[in-house]
Amino acid sequence: MKTKNIFLLTFYFLLFAAALIPAVAVSAQQPTPSDDEVNAIARQLYCPVCENTPLDVCPTTACHQWRELIRQMLAEGKSEAKIKQYFVDYYGARVLSEPPRTGIYWLVYIVPPVAFLAGVYLLFRAFQTWKRLAKEPITGADHSSSLGTGPEPAEGSGTAADDEYVARLEEELKKRK
Amino acid sequence: MLAQFGFGVFVLTFLLALFGVVAAVVGYFYKSDRWVEAARRAMLLTFPLITLAVLALAYLLVTGHYELQYVYSVTSNDMPFYLKITALWGGQAGSLVLWSWLMSAFASAVTLRKWERDRELLPWVIVVTSITLAFFLSLTILYENPFARWWQTTAGDFVPRMFAPAGAIPVTPLDGQGLNPLLRHPGMIIHPPILYLGFVAFVIPYAFAIAALVTGRSDDRWIRLTRRWTLVAWLFLSLGLVLGMRWAYDVLGWGGYWAWDPVETASLMPWLAGTAFLHSVMIQEKRGMFKQWNMLLIILTYALVIFGTFLTRSGVFSSVHAFAQSAIGPMFFAFIGITFVTSVALLIYRWKDLRAEVEMTSLFSREALFLLNNLLFMGVLIVCFWGVIFPLISELVTGQKVTVGPPFYLRANGPLFGALMALMGIAPLSAWGKSTFKTLGRALWKPSIPSVIVPLVLAILGVHNWIALVGFTLVAFVIFVTLFEFWRGVRSRQNKQNENFLVALWQLAGRNRRRYGGYLIHLSMVVMAIGILGIELYQTTTQKTLAVGEDIQIAGYTLRFDSLAQFPYTDGRIVTRAALSVFRGGKFLGDLYPRYDYYTTSGQPMTIAGVRSTLADDLYVVLVNWEDVSAAQAPFKVYHNPLVNWLWIGSLMFIFGFLVAAWPEREEETRKGKI
Repeated sequence: MKTKNIFLLTFYFLLFAAALIPAVAVSAQQPTPSDDEVNAIARQLYCPVCENTPLDVCPTTACHQWRELIRQMLAEGKSEAKIKQYFVDYYGARVLSEPPRTGIYWLVYIVPPVAFLAGVYLLFRAFQTWKRLAKEPITGADHSSSLGTGPEPAEGSGTAADDEYVARLEEELKKRK
Repeated sequence: MLAQFGFGVFVLTFLLALFGVVAAVVGYFYKSDRWVEAARRAMLLTFPLITLAVLALAYLLVTGHYELQYVYSVTSNDMPFYLKITALWGGQAGSLVLWSWLMSAFASAVTLRKWERDRELLPWVIVVTSITLAFFLSLTILYENPFARWWQTTAGDFVPRMFAPAGAIPVTPLDGQGLNPLLRHPGMIIHPPILYLGFVAFVIPYAFAIAALVTGRSDDRWIRLTRRWTLVAWLFLSLGLVLGMRWAYDVLGWGGYWAWDPVETASLMPWLAGTAFLHSVMIQEKRGMFKQWNMLLIILTYALVIFGTFLTRSGVFSSVHAFAQSAIGPMFFAFIGITFVTSVALLIYRWKDLRAEVEMTSLFSREALFLLNNLLFMGVLIVCFWGVIFPLISELVTGQKVTVGPPFYLRANGPLFGALMALMGIAPLSAWGKSTFKTLGRALWKPSIPSVIVPLVLAILGVHNWIALVGFTLVAFVIFVTLFEFWRGVRSRQNKQNENFLVALWQLAGRNRRRYGGYLIHLSMVVMAIGILGIELYQTTTQKTLAVGEDIQIAGYTLRFDSLAQFPYTDGRIVTRAALSVFRGGKFLGDLYPRYDYYTTSGQPMTIAGVRSTLADDLYVVLVNWEDVSAAQAPFKVYHNPLVNWLWIGSLMFIFGFLVAAWPEREEETRKGKI
């Protein structure tokens, strides 16, 4: 009888312990996410209601609820990508800090570099034209403006260049006396 | 009665501006000095007239005439006197009045100068400034009238109108809504007028440019005449941007100074075009080149000034549909379109007359590097413009808005700003005209050596972020180049004139203020860059709800929550203030008092961070009012912002550099015909 009781007690203890193990394990894996963990995702999302306000600093009640939703989803073990996708699915691409790299949204990434490179090309072509048109060497004569004038920068680092620099500087300063 | 007077004055001034346009055009084409003089006097009259209207509005604001919708929306009984004055530009209608007022002041100042030498430009300067003034006055008269009063219609609705709708009765509220709390910060009080000073001052060089185009003057006279206007415009635009940053840092409570918000970016765009212009005109003055490009830049700057005002005033940011419903949005859109197309058409008409006097021969000459500088500024401008308008394009095409936020701008603009910093170091060492890779290399090697040491030292000290290493190296490079330039100049004076160091430095900078002032501005820019690199690359943040006595750690600091108090303030707000003790390494450093103010009249809160500021870093604590706050426990968000103070120090250095650069030089003071 005594042995049977011990056996039963042991059985119930093990059963209770076995029942606890998953809970403890889950709890160890998914503690309540901290504010910092929530904000790490929230700062990458924009308030769907307010204009250009990241979710981590938006004071509205709606955003407070959305931050709690992020906390809950993190506690459920959802990944950052899945949480962001959830918000995109519900509120559209505007919740992301940048347009997604799909379809027409590619334009936002392509146009500036293309325009800039076009500018570089035009500048290069213009420079080639100028070089061709330049018939006589330019002496760098001063047009009397005070803007950005003054001594010509040294064209060398040696004594001769320094002397030339000093001479130009003195000439400039004499002009201004 | 005073409201009717103010409105009447606006109508009269509008008509006067239109008369000025007609008289100036007639005077120009019929070569009649009398008509031109009539136009000039009409312009001169606009300033005192608008001043009268502004004084009337200020009086109505100060005395609490809440029967006026504008007064009702921006003032309240509990507001202090100075805020009631600044409420003049605290709303849309008032800010448009401010625009017109400044426009009339600047245009009048220009027409007061001696015009003998440039008589043919005068009519067209009046035409451009008068058209701009008439446009803004028309917005005030037709859509954003600050003198409109409240009426209750027969249907029971309250509507703001200048004149009584049929059957409506006048209504006078006992108190107003008060100024938006966010606009009560000192930075925000002066931010709009400073920014507008910059915006409006850029109209003057544009007006002279158009006058030069119309009259066919292809020389650089218009640039010389407006040089100081351009500098002043640029100063105020720069200061306006910095004040906006400081306001955002102090008031918005998100630990940063710049969020690439469309409104911010819209105000940056004219600065970018204006800065490119400021550099580019040097080439025209010095070498007679880039005449067409300079015209295009000032046209672009003017268009962006109006575009910036348009974007913030049309409601287009919230939605393209809001734009369609907005009364002034389409007016702005049409005005920008007409002025831009007309200006560009004029430029095309004069294109051949504006050919360069000399051609560029070297890719390494200073003019070539300045052109590269312009290209980079245009690159940043394109990024900003595209980032601002893309959400609107997306909404139009797909029906869905998108956000173009900081990651886009930082990724796209970062390398461009880096290249601009490199140019700030290289360009001062290049020569005008002929310059080769070899000569430039010779000039560069000396200041480059200490710059190369900087990343090595930083890496040894534990900085491994490559963007930081490149950024700080560029900062060091510009500082060394600039100091090197000063040193060379001073040394040469010391050798030739036997002057001591300080006298030589004074003489050197004093005799070419524009050059050395420009160098100081370059220095200020890289000092600001130190702050920007620090906060952008190394900002850390943490948030935690603390019970009294608990603490939170960040970047080696410990902050202990000591107490929380709530009390009413004399101006009607309820202040909730926390007290925290700051420790580092166990040593007590001081207290911080983050708080939030709740304005009961308007029902709006304002978050004021507690900030401990040093040259090394800022500890920035926000009492998170959007979470649950009680006397027993409160949530805090703490930011550690390394080096951010250098951003503000650089701003002060910028003002000093500007004063050196823009201070009149002796011979210039006596020069005739200057404005």
